[in-house]
Amino acid sequence: MIEINNLGKQYANGFVALDNITLSIKKGEILALLGPNGAGKTTLISAICGIVNPTSGTVTVGGFDIIKNYRQTRSLIGLVPQELTTDAFETPWNNLTFSRGLFGLPKNTQIVEKILRDLSLWDKKDDRIMTLSGGMKRRLLIAKALVHEPQVLFLDEPTAGVDVGLRQDMWRMVDELRNQGVTIVLTTHYIEEAEAIADRIGVISGGKLLLVEDKASLMSRMGQKQLKVELMQSLDTIPDELVEKGFVLAEDHLSIVYHYDKDMPEVDIAGLLQSVSSAGLGVKDIHTQQSSLEEIFVDLVEDAA
Amino acid sequence: MNLRGIWAIYSFEMSRTKRTITQSVVSPVLSTVLYFVVFGGAIGSRIESVGGISYGAFIVPGLIMLSIMTQSLSNASFGIYFPRFSGTIYEVLSSPMSFWEATAGYVGAAATKSLLIGLITLATAGFFVPIEIAHPLWMFAFLILTTITFSLFGFLIGIWADGFEKLQLIPLLVVTPMVFLGGAFYSIDMLPSAWQTVTMFNPVVYLISGFRWSFYEISDVSVGVSLAMVTLFMGICLALIAWIFKTGYRLKQ
Repeated sequence: MIEINNLGKQYANGFVALDNITLSIKKGEILALLGPNGAGKTTLISAICGIVNPTSGTVTVGGFDIIKNYRQTRSLIGLVPQELTTDAFETPWNNLTFSRGLFGLPKNTQIVEKILRDLSLWDKKDDRIMTLSGGMKRRLLIAKALVHEPQVLFLDEPTAGVDVGLRQDMWRMVDELRNQGVTIVLTTHYIEEAEAIADRIGVISGGKLLLVEDKASLMSRMGQKQLKVELMQSLDTIPDELVEKGFVLAEDHLSIVYHYDKDMPEVDIAGLLQSVSSAGLGVKDIHTQQSSLEEIFVDLVEDAA
Repeated sequence: MNLRGIWAIYSFEMSRTKRTITQSVVSPVLSTVLYFVVFGGAIGSRIESVGGISYGAFIVPGLIMLSIMTQSLSNASFGIYFPRFSGTIYEVLSSPMSFWEATAGYVGAAATKSLLIGLITLATAGFFVPIEIAHPLWMFAFLILTTITFSLFGFLIGIWADGFEKLQLIPLLVVTPMVFLGGAFYSIDMLPSAWQTVTMFNPVVYLISGFRWSFYEISDVSVGVSLAMVTLFMGICLALIAWIFKTGYRLKQ
C-alpha cells in the first residue's frame, strides 16, 4: 500500500531527521513504529502526508507518487497528529463537515453522524471545541481523520496522555478499522500496546530504520527466555556439573540462571532441576522469564547508538 | 480542481466573520463614521471644496479605501496566521488541495469580508453627504481589485509573520502611513511641489486616485495609470505566493 524508497530529510540547519528509509507497508496491516523521542517517527509520517518536504527518495501510496499525484495519495490518507491541534470556537459537527470538504467530498450527514457516535462525541456535536476535554479533543482529531473514509490511517502517538478506558476504546476502534481493510501506521511510546495490537514492528532511531519485522518473529528471534532457580543458601562458586548443564551463578549469589537455547524448543526442565538437587542445593523457588518487546527495543536502540 | 475544498475554507472563514461580527464588521464601520463626524462635519465645514466637490463628499472614496485596505490586510493575515500558530494548518497541508486552491479560499473570504465593509461604509456615508457615482462599474472594479490585492498582501504577511508582533508590524508601520499620506483626505496638488514628487512613489496614491475618479471624475493621476498600478501590485503578490508555493517557505519544512 505504501512504498518508501531511500527517503531522506535533512533540515536547513543540517540536522538529518530521516536517513535513507526504505519501507514497504502492506495493505490492511497494522504497523507500529517505535523509537525514542526525536527519532524521526513524526517526520516520516509528515513527509508521507505532505507536511514536510523530503530532500531525497520517493514514496508511493496506493501506487501514486506523493509529490506528482498528491491529490490521489492525500485522498487515501487520514492523519491524526500528535499534538492536540483543534480549532477553539468551532463545533465538532462543523469541524467534521469542514474536514470532509477539504478532501473535496460532498456533504454527508450520515457519515458525520456515524463517526461522531462511534467516537462518543455525538452529545458534544454542537459544543464549542474549546469546552471539550483532552480525551474528547483527541477523539475529535481521529474523527476528522476518518471523515473522508481513508484507506490508510496514520496515528501519531494517539494514546499519549489518554486514560486507560479511552485507550482501550481506541484500540478497539483500530481493530474494527483493520477489519474493514484500512491500513494503519501508528507510532507509540507504549511498547506493550505495540506488542498487543501491531502485526509488524518497525524501530526507528536517529532517523534510521533499524528493523522492520513481524512481531512474533521479532519476539522469538530477539527475545530471550531464562529459567531462574532461587537457592536456599548463598553460593560462592557454582558446581562444575551445573556449569556443564548451562547454569550460571547470578550476581546476588542466591540464585542460578539457565538461558534457553533459541534453536532448541524442547528443554528438559525436570532434568535440570534434578541436577540442581543432586548437586546438593536446596531450591527455594523457580521462575521463567521472557524478555518483552521493551527490552528488545532498548537493546536495539542502545546497539545502534 | 478541488472546488469543494475551496468552498470549505471559504465558508470556514466566513463563519469566523459571523462569529466575530462586532469586531469584524461593526467596529470598522463605526470608526469610519467617526472620521465623517470629525473630518467631514466638524473640520470639513470650514474647508472650501476640493475640485468643485464638497470636502465631506471628497473624502468618501479615500475613507472607503482606507477601511478596505486595512481590513483586507488584517483579515487575510490573521486568517492564515492563526492556523499556523495553533497548528491546525496541518489539515490543509495534508489534504488534497493545491496551494492555489487554499490561497483562493483564504483570500476570497478576506476579500469578500472587506468588500462588504466597503459597501456598508459607502451606504453609511450616504447618510452624511450626498454621493454621486459617475462610473459604478469602474467603482466596483477598483473596489474588487483593491480588496483582492490587499488580501493577497495580507496573506503574505500572515505567512511571513512568526509572531503576533510581526503580524501587526507592516499594517501599522507601513500601510497605515501610506494610506494616510496617499491622498485619502486631500488632493495631491494641495501639497508643496517637492512632496508631490515624493508622493508619487506611494502606490496607494494611484489606488485612491482611480477610485475617486469613479465617483467624481477628478483624479490626481490618470485612470489608466491607476489600473496599471493595482494590476502590477497584484502581480507582485501573486509572484511572491508562487514562490512560497514552490519553496514551502514558512509552511513546510
